[in-house]
Amino acid sequence: MEVTRQEIRASDRLRGDLVGEELERYVEQRLLTTTLERALNWGRSNAIFPATFGLACCAIEMMTVVAGRMDIARFGAEAFRASPRQADLLILSGRVSIKMAPVVRRIYDQMLEPKWVIAMGACSSSMGVFNNYAIVPADKFMPVDVHVPGCPPRPEALMHGILKLRAKIQSNPDLGWRDRYQAHGTEEILPQAPVLPPEHHLA
Amino acid sequence: MPDATGLELLAQKVSAAHAHSVLDTLHFRERSTLVIDPVAVRGVLETLRGEGYGFLASVHGVDYYPEEPRLGVHYELLDMSRVDRVTVKLRVASDAPEVDSVTPDWPTADHQEREIYDMFGVVFRGHPDLRRILMPEDYEGHPQRRDFPIGGEPVLFTHNEPTTPQWWR
Repeated sequence: MEVTRQEIRASDRLRGDLVGEELERYVEQRLLTTTLERALNWGRSNAIFPATFGLACCAIEMMTVVAGRMDIARFGAEAFRASPRQADLLILSGRVSIKMAPVVRRIYDQMLEPKWVIAMGACSSSMGVFNNYAIVPADKFMPVDVHVPGCPPRPEALMHGILKLRAKIQSNPDLGWRDRYQAHGTEEILPQAPVLPPEHHLA
Repeated sequence: MPDATGLELLAQKVSAAHAHSVLDTLHFRERSTLVIDPVAVRGVLETLRGEGYGFLASVHGVDYYPEEPRLGVHYELLDMSRVDRVTVKLRVASDAPEVDSVTPDWPTADHQEREIYDMFGVVFRGHPDLRRILMPEDYEGHPQRRDFPIGGEPVLFTHNEPTTPQWWR
């Protein structure tokens, strides 16, 4: 009987010096099994794109995180995107005034899911030294994932916060508490512009 | 700065042009101040412009709480050829805080009067566009008044989250 290709077993095709027990071990060492979700989270956590968004003096420290000494490029988070559509991390680097808060919230709303927020510095977490009429803490209007204390936090501290966020993304926590802020489905995706019939252009 | 004598001479000139407009003169630590009647503010500043003080360096508001009349507006004038400064102060009561706007004469006062309106609630009659400039349009109150409460927003922590009513608003 002629042997078809389908009938050749996979182990028979692995031609080499290894056979039997040694071959089994060889294959075992070179394979990794995981769930798709874990692989996805691993990828997300190692390619965080922060938004280019500075509010106050903390932004200087945020820039330092990108520079040589700290270098978040080591963790794949160095690509600061100029559009909220391309970003998935919003670093609130500075104080948020009550006039700025709707703007910040709208930028957050426009970001595509999954998205995360780091409140950097004392002001955006608890108003810091500005306990007055002008400043509002970030928790009042948007869900914050990681708070980094300090005034301003050193770059190491923000780095630590980003690594905490990275661990949080990898462990895949339940983000249901964002429902309290109505933070789902807020991306403002516009309907596609209607294609007008050709005779419409002539008029 | 005009010295104490120069300040009195200046006050006499202003009084001659606008009767009963100068209420007081202050000369303190090399700074000369005319305290005027708010009704005459535009005329007084025009007279001082004629005396050489042609540059309105600053307009700012003060709250003298709990004194009455309570709200103050200060005008800092500068004579740029003599490098000479004089301050004009006026007071208005908090129940009817109205002053004539000097924006038609001094265009630089536009945003500064808007800021005084925003922060202290002094209404400038005749201002071309008297709106809030720093606070949101729908804001209530004038936050730089001294009886405005400190700490407008309750700080939210884990321990006081249940006791902070409607914090998600």
